[in-house]
Amino acid sequence: MTPVRLKPKRYKVVVGLGSCGIAAGGQKVRSALQDTIDRAHAPVELTETGCVGMCYREPLVDVIDPGGSLFTYGNVTPERVARIVEEHFLGQTPVVEWLVRAQTMALPDDSFFAKQKRIVLRNCGLMNPESIDQYLARDGYRALTKAIKTMDAEEVIKTIMDSGLRGRGGAGFPTGMKWQFAHSARGEKKYVICNGDEGDPGAFMDRSVLEGDPHSILEGMLICGYAIGADEGYLYVRAEYPLAVARLKKAIVDATALGYLGKNILGTDFSFQLHVKEGAGAFVCGEETALMASIEGKRGMPRLRPPFPATSGLWGKPTNINNVESYANIPWILLQGGAAFAAMGTEKSKGTKVFALAGKIARGGLVEVPMGITIREVIFEVGGGIKQGREFKAVQMGGPSGGCIPAGLADTVIDYESVTQTGAIMGSGGMVVLDDTACMVEIARFFLDFTQKESCGKCTFCRVGTKRMLEVLTRITQGEGKEGDIELLEDLCEKVKVASLCGLGQTAPNPVLTTLRYFRDEYEAHIREKRCPAHYCKKLLTYEIDPLRCTGCTICARVCPVQAISGIVKQVHAVDQSLCIHCGSCVTKCRFDAVKAR
Amino acid sequence: MSKSSKTRLPRQGDPPLGDQARVERVLARYSGRIGAVIPVLQEVQETLGYLPIWAIQAIALGLEIPASQVYGVVTFYAQFRLKPIGKHLCKVCHGTACHVSGATEVSGAILEQLRVLEGATTEDGKFTVESVACLGCCSLAPVIMIDQETFGRLSPDKARKIVKEF
Ligand SMILES: Cc1cc2nc3c(=O)[nH]c(=O)nc-3n(C[C@H](O)[C@H](O)[C@H](O)COP(=O)(O)O)c2cc1C
Ligand code: FES
Repeated sequence: MTPVRLKPKRYKVVVGLGSCGIAAGGQKVRSALQDTIDRAHAPVELTETGCVGMCYREPLVDVIDPGGSLFTYGNVTPERVARIVEEHFLGQTPVVEWLVRAQTMALPDDSFFAKQKRIVLRNCGLMNPESIDQYLARDGYRALTKAIKTMDAEEVIKTIMDSGLRGRGGAGFPTGMKWQFAHSARGEKKYVICNGDEGDPGAFMDRSVLEGDPHSILEGMLICGYAIGADEGYLYVRAEYPLAVARLKKAIVDATALGYLGKNILGTDFSFQLHVKEGAGAFVCGEETALMASIEGKRGMPRLRPPFPATSGLWGKPTNINNVESYANIPWILLQGGAAFAAMGTEKSKGTKVFALAGKIARGGLVEVPMGITIREVIFEVGGGIKQGREFKAVQMGGPSGGCIPAGLADTVIDYESVTQTGAIMGSGGMVVLDDTACMVEIARFFLDFTQKESCGKCTFCRVGTKRMLEVLTRITQGEGKEGDIELLEDLCEKVKVASLCGLGQTAPNPVLTTLRYFRDEYEAHIREKRCPAHYCKKLLTYEIDPLRCTGCTICARVCPVQAISGIVKQVHAVDQSLCIHCGSCVTKCRFDAVKAR
Repeated sequence: MSKSSKTRLPRQGDPPLGDQARVERVLARYSGRIGAVIPVLQEVQETLGYLPIWAIQAIALGLEIPASQVYGVVTFYAQFRLKPIGKHLCKVCHGTACHVSGATEVSGAILEQLRVLEGATTEDGKFTVESVACLGCCSLAPVIMIDQETFGRLSPDKARKIVKEF
């Protein structure tokens, strides 16, 4: 896909200003560019875009030369700007050593894009998300026009069914079928909801799409409204995503002004209005019934299903709720046809999936790959392998509801069923990669700490069971694990799973169950030998000073809060093991890497 | 807890008149709208910095629902605060990606630099430090956010420097 249709006569420069770009210093780069360009009177038009996915190279600056070829600079700093302006915009020679991607030459980062197939992310990073004109120029709202002018509701639903699209929010329920239920439900008033709560810590797919291509979500929701017979919708977005909220609000205003939203859309009798609702910081509100309670202004507690939202949802009215990524697929499917989407992927999982790569991966960022690709391909080919050349240990998929897939299962194919077989879940698309420094018991403890805090408290097993599990895991990581703890954990896992009402409790044991299944020996080492094989759990480490490296600078002795380190200036220091409280201060403070934790 | 009882805040019964008027203005904009509790609370907290008890009572009155129900909503969601915060809010991410990339060390450094406990406010009232579950910039982990500004790829030393110079 070419990034621009009209060939500009001048250089067009685009700064990536998604949340990640801004966090990496994108605004400063933008101002530096503006200043330098103004001063040099360079023939340049400066704009901005959302996240293209190469977060590991942020801040990113795209340059489209007068001939229309694209060059992308990575890790741009205000200091680098002057040379780019001078050599590239004025001297017409790109600064090759800072390029990460270019249409005219092969670069090492090309493998980041080689296996990707971009449907959901079709516009992200390639247009200004705040410009409806640019969205329109990239086929925006054409699917909506096609649907409401040439198709009836049944035909729209059939197209979605044919595509085989399954919900991208985690559970993977067929989207077409869901729409069919809401369509058939009786009622004058119906609602469409977009779930943009994205509570899974370590995942940011929905944020990038909301920030990078807000109109495509609007368009997906509008098409859904038309298909199920709804005239009102809500976009529920996490409080932590202020930029997404601002861009959605602007998109709503712009779309209304051009007649794509509001009364009698495009002159038809289909009307639709949209509201943005900001979440207030509760993970459980990602669960659909809790989310609706939250929109109604209540405490966000899940309720028993049935009745399903399709029959009784928001304010008791039939409601269709889908995830951000699910909606973002809809316009593409309507324009290209269900069969084109179904042609990608595996037998039961069609199309593509967006993943957020994070953790110890070389190329952290956002990628969209066809279903059926293996975990190994995603991590090693797209993601460039493990940071600092360390060893790949496991990948956490599905967040607090998911599990850790060990390196040995890296050839697992990515589709809903195969991932579920490993004990993890596809989830919404967070992939946190772990290397050999990660302690798996600690990872399980980390997730239980999260679910225990986020349990809404309605079900006893979820509220108390997660707390007990957390206590057991904490004591294991502190070297106080007992014989029988593993069995106790397994018992609790089972009970919390079956006795919880919503997905939060039902899946909370998954991180524990998967680590027990694949890394049981690590649990045993902690409990029986009081040893942490990954050298992570501080309480189980012995701190020793390497006499060959110690320079006798005395800093460790000074920072030790319990005076366990003794020694004279310029002489080798020593740790008194009987006094040491394993706080690790000496390791962090030593400038000579002389304190060894084993 | 403050040691001296003489330096207590003004009694909660008599809120500043300007603040009262601000709460009334928010309420006026939402009157008659269903499901308005959360947006009203968000706006009131935005203007006052927190949710004093008198404001909760005023909201209950304005929206014609029991104060207990409003209070129930306030205590359910992590975003709402019943106590004032410092001039700047520093959110330290403890999401999965940040956790495995050293968030514990980063937050330790920040708390040490500011001499404050997590969830509390510094003595000079400049910073409140809070832990959050994910700021959505996971590929730049570990991440913190001060007010609306996000800082990524931190090390304990970089984090210390940022709060020191902020
Ligand atoms: C505890 C919990 C948290 C959830 N969080 C989210 C979330 O953040 N985003 C999301 O889209 N779905 C989330 N879900 C799934 C929703 O309940 C629902 O299945 C989904 O929004 C449906 O959309 P889909 O069919 O397009 O996937 C969560 C479920 C549970 C049980
Ligand atoms: S885990 Fe820290 S920003 Fe996502």
